[in-house]
Amino acid sequence: MDILLKQVGYSYAKDTPFEKRALTDVTLHIPSGSYTAIIGHTGSGKSTVLQHLNALLQPTEGSVLIGERKIEAGTKAKNLREVRKKVGIVFQFPEQQLFDETVLKDIMFGPLNFGVPEEEARRRAIALVEQLGLPEDVLEKSPFDLSGGQMRRVAIAGVLAMEPDVLVLDEPTAGLDPRGRREIMDLFYRLHQEKGLTTVLVTHSMEDAARYADTVAIMHSGKCVATGDVREVFANEEQLGDYRLEPPRTVRMQREFEEKTGLTLDELALTEEALAQSIAQALKEGRELK
Amino acid sequence: MKGTILSFEQVTFTYAPEDKSVKPAVSDLSFSIGEGEWVALVGHNGSGKSTIAKLMNGLLFPQQGTVKAMGLTMSEESLWDIRSQMGMVFQNPDNQFVGATVQDDVAFALENNGVPHEEMVVRVRESLQQVKMADYLDHEPHHLSGGQKQRVAIAGALALRPRLLILDEATSMLDPQGRREVIETIRELREATGLTVLSITHDLEEAALADRVLVMSAGHKQMEGTPDEVFSSGEELTEMGLDLPFAMRMAGLLKQAGVPMTGESMTEHELVEELWTYYSSK
Amino acid sequence: MMEKMIFGRFIPGDSVVHRLDPRAKILFVFLFIAIVFIANNAITYAILLGFTLLSVFLSKIRLYFLINGLKPVFILMAFTFFLHLFFTEGGALLFSVGFVDVYEEGLRQGIFISIRFLVLVFMTSILTLTTSPISITDGIEVLLGPFKRVKLPVHELALMMSISLRFIPTLMDETGKILKAQMARGSDIGSGPIKERIKAVVPLLIPLFVSAFKRAEDLATAMEVRGYRGGEGRTRYRQLNWRIMDTLSLLLLVGFAGLLWYFRS
Repeated sequence: MDILLKQVGYSYAKDTPFEKRALTDVTLHIPSGSYTAIIGHTGSGKSTVLQHLNALLQPTEGSVLIGERKIEAGTKAKNLREVRKKVGIVFQFPEQQLFDETVLKDIMFGPLNFGVPEEEARRRAIALVEQLGLPEDVLEKSPFDLSGGQMRRVAIAGVLAMEPDVLVLDEPTAGLDPRGRREIMDLFYRLHQEKGLTTVLVTHSMEDAARYADTVAIMHSGKCVATGDVREVFANEEQLGDYRLEPPRTVRMQREFEEKTGLTLDELALTEEALAQSIAQALKEGRELK
Repeated sequence: MKGTILSFEQVTFTYAPEDKSVKPAVSDLSFSIGEGEWVALVGHNGSGKSTIAKLMNGLLFPQQGTVKAMGLTMSEESLWDIRSQMGMVFQNPDNQFVGATVQDDVAFALENNGVPHEEMVVRVRESLQQVKMADYLDHEPHHLSGGQKQRVAIAGALALRPRLLILDEATSMLDPQGRREVIETIRELREATGLTVLSITHDLEEAALADRVLVMSAGHKQMEGTPDEVFSSGEELTEMGLDLPFAMRMAGLLKQAGVPMTGESMTEHELVEELWTYYSSK
Repeated sequence: MMEKMIFGRFIPGDSVVHRLDPRAKILFVFLFIAIVFIANNAITYAILLGFTLLSVFLSKIRLYFLINGLKPVFILMAFTFFLHLFFTEGGALLFSVGFVDVYEEGLRQGIFISIRFLVLVFMTSILTLTTSPISITDGIEVLLGPFKRVKLPVHELALMMSISLRFIPTLMDETGKILKAQMARGSDIGSGPIKERIKAVVPLLIPLFVSAFKRAEDLATAMEVRGYRGGEGRTRYRQLNWRIMDTLSLLLLVGFAGLLWYFRS
C-alpha cells in the first residue's frame, strides 16, 4: 500500500501560547513494498511523521494519502479504523501498552478490535508466539510476569496479529541487549520479504538503516531534507554531515580502507558481512595484480 | 593498588531462599574495585547485573558473603554512611529526577545530608559545570533530552563529592547522541578528578573504555581482565548474548572471508592499518 | 480542547508580578478573595474590574490568551448570569419572554455575580500563570510552617506536591503515548456507545497504573540512594526572599480594600 505525505505541516497545541511547530512542508512518498528508513536526530520530527502514517495525527497543513484514503488539513477525518487496520505501528518501548490478563488476550486485542473472528485471532496469536521465539506456555501467563525482553516480543506480536499491510517501526529494539536486537530486526526483515509488507523504520541506528532499508529519508528540524536510495544517501557524506549525522560504521571503514590502500570497492557495502567480502575480494585482486 | 573502594567477598544472593529450585541471582561472586579505577561490569539482560547494583547500595543484603564499601561492611547501621560516599545513576532518566528543576535536583542529595545553603549553591554550580549543564539551572526535566537528564543525574551524584560513582545501565535508554554525551562526560570527569567509576552495562563499546572488565553470566563471574583480554575471547562473548566491538566483529568476518588477521586490532583504525600492511606485503 | 486550557498552567516571564515572592502572591490572592465580597454596587464592581485588569496588565499576560484559555470557565459564567437574570425578582419589570420575567434586580445581580466570578478566576489564574508550581509549593510550605507544631506533616505534604507536579508532564506524555498505541490497535475511546467507551478506558488505565507504580518504585530507590530519610535534619536549597515590593503589594491591596469600603453602599 502506498503512503504519500504531501506538503504536510503540523503544529502541536495550535492557536495557544504553547503552540509548537513540529513539521514544515514535508513531502514523502512511501511506495508499496518498500523498506524505508527515516533517520534524524531526536526532535527532528521523525515521530511526528510516523504518527501521520495511520492518522493518529492529522496534518494541520497539506494532506496525507494512505492507500485510497485521503486525509486533509482542515477537515475532520472520521472512521479511521480501516486505515489503522492496514497500518500497524510498533511504538518505542511497546511493552508499555500491555494490559490484558493473559498474553493470549493481549495479542488478540488488536485483531478483535478490527473485527477478526475470535478463532482466527487465537490462531494468529498462537502462531506469532512461536514465530517470536517465546515458549508456548506464556500464552496463559500474565504479561506482567514476563521478563523485559519477552514483554517486548509479546507487544510486537500484538501489532503483527493485526496482519497490517504496512508495518511502521519506531526504534523497536531500544533498550534490548545485542542478541535480542538482532533477532527482532531479522524477524521484521523476514516478514517484510515473505509477506511483501511495506515497512517504515524510524531509527537512530545508521547501521540498521543500511542493513535493512532500501530507501532512506532524512528528517531535520521538522523538514524532510533528503530521500533516496540507501546507497545514494549514505554515500553522500557531505549531506549527512550537514544534518549532523554520521555514515554507518561500515561506510566509514570502507572509506578509510579505500583511502589507505588506494583500492576501490565495487559498491558501497551496507552490512559488515558484505564489507568483509568485498575487502577480501579487493585485496585478493590487488595482490594478484602486483 | 591504592586503597580498595568496594569489594564483594564470596557473595551469594537469591530472591527465593526457601525454594531450592530457583537458581541464585548472584553466586559466589568476588571482586574488588581499587581507588581511581574504572571498572565495567557487563552481561546480558538477566545475568545478575542489576542484583549486584542493589547489593552495592544496600537495597539488598546477601545471604552469604560480605559486601564492603569505603572500608565499612554493608549493614543496616553503616548503610547511610556508605550511601553518602557513593553516587548512583540509574537506567531511566525520568524516574530519578526528583527536583522540579535542574538545580533543585542536583541539590536534593545535599539537602538530605544537611549541607548548609551557601555551600549548596557553590556545589550545585560546580557539579553542573563538571557535566556542562551549568546553563540549564532553571530548566524543567521534561524540556531536557535523555542525555541531558542523565548528565544532571551525574551532577546530582557529584555534588556529594562521592568516592565512587556507579552507573547502573545509565546509557541503555538513550539515543546514540545521548549515549555519547554521557560517556564523554564520564571520560572527562575521570581525566579531571580521577574519580572511581563502576559502569554496569551491556554496551561493550562503553566497556571498552574501562580499565578492567568483569563479565557476568547466569549469576557467575565468567571473565575478568582488561578490555583487550576480555574481547580477545570473541566467540565466548557472543555466546553469552553480548556483542563484540565493531572492529573485532569485522576482524572475525574478514578472517572468515579468507584474509589472514592477527586478531589484535581493537579499533577500526588499527584494523585498516593491519589490512594495509597485509596488502603491501608480498 | 484540553491543550488550550490555561487554568493551572505556568507561563515563564519577568514581569513585576512574576518577580513577587510566592508567599506574597498567595496571601494576596487569598485576601483578594475575601475583599471581593465588599463590593456591592456599580462603582465598587467597576473598581474591582479595573483593579483586576490592572493586575493582568502588570503581569504582562496577553488578555487574548487569558480569555481564549478560560473559555470553559466563561460558559459557566454565562450560565450563572442567566440563572440570576431569570430567577431573581425585584425592582422594575424590564421585559418578559414567554413565561420568564426579567427584572431590573435580576439583571443587576447577574452582572455583579458575573464580574465577581470573572475577577476571581482572573486573579487566581494570574497567580498560577506567573508563579512556577514549585514556587507555589515553597510558598505554601513556609506559610503552613506554624502548623508543624500541631503535627501537620508540612514537609511531607510539600514534597508530595512538588513530586506530583514534577511528574504531571511525564504522566501526561505517557497517557498520550499509550492512548495512541491502543488507538493504533483499533481501540477507540472517542466514539461509540457509552458502554464501549468505558470498556475502551481499561487498556489505557492499566498500563498507566503499571507504569506509575514502576516509576514510583524507581523514584523511591533513587531518593533513598541519594540519602533521603524524611524531613529531619534536612536543609533547604530554595530560599525565598521577601522584598519591599512584596510588602508594598500587600499594602496596595489593603488600600484597595479601603477604597472599596469607602464607596460601597
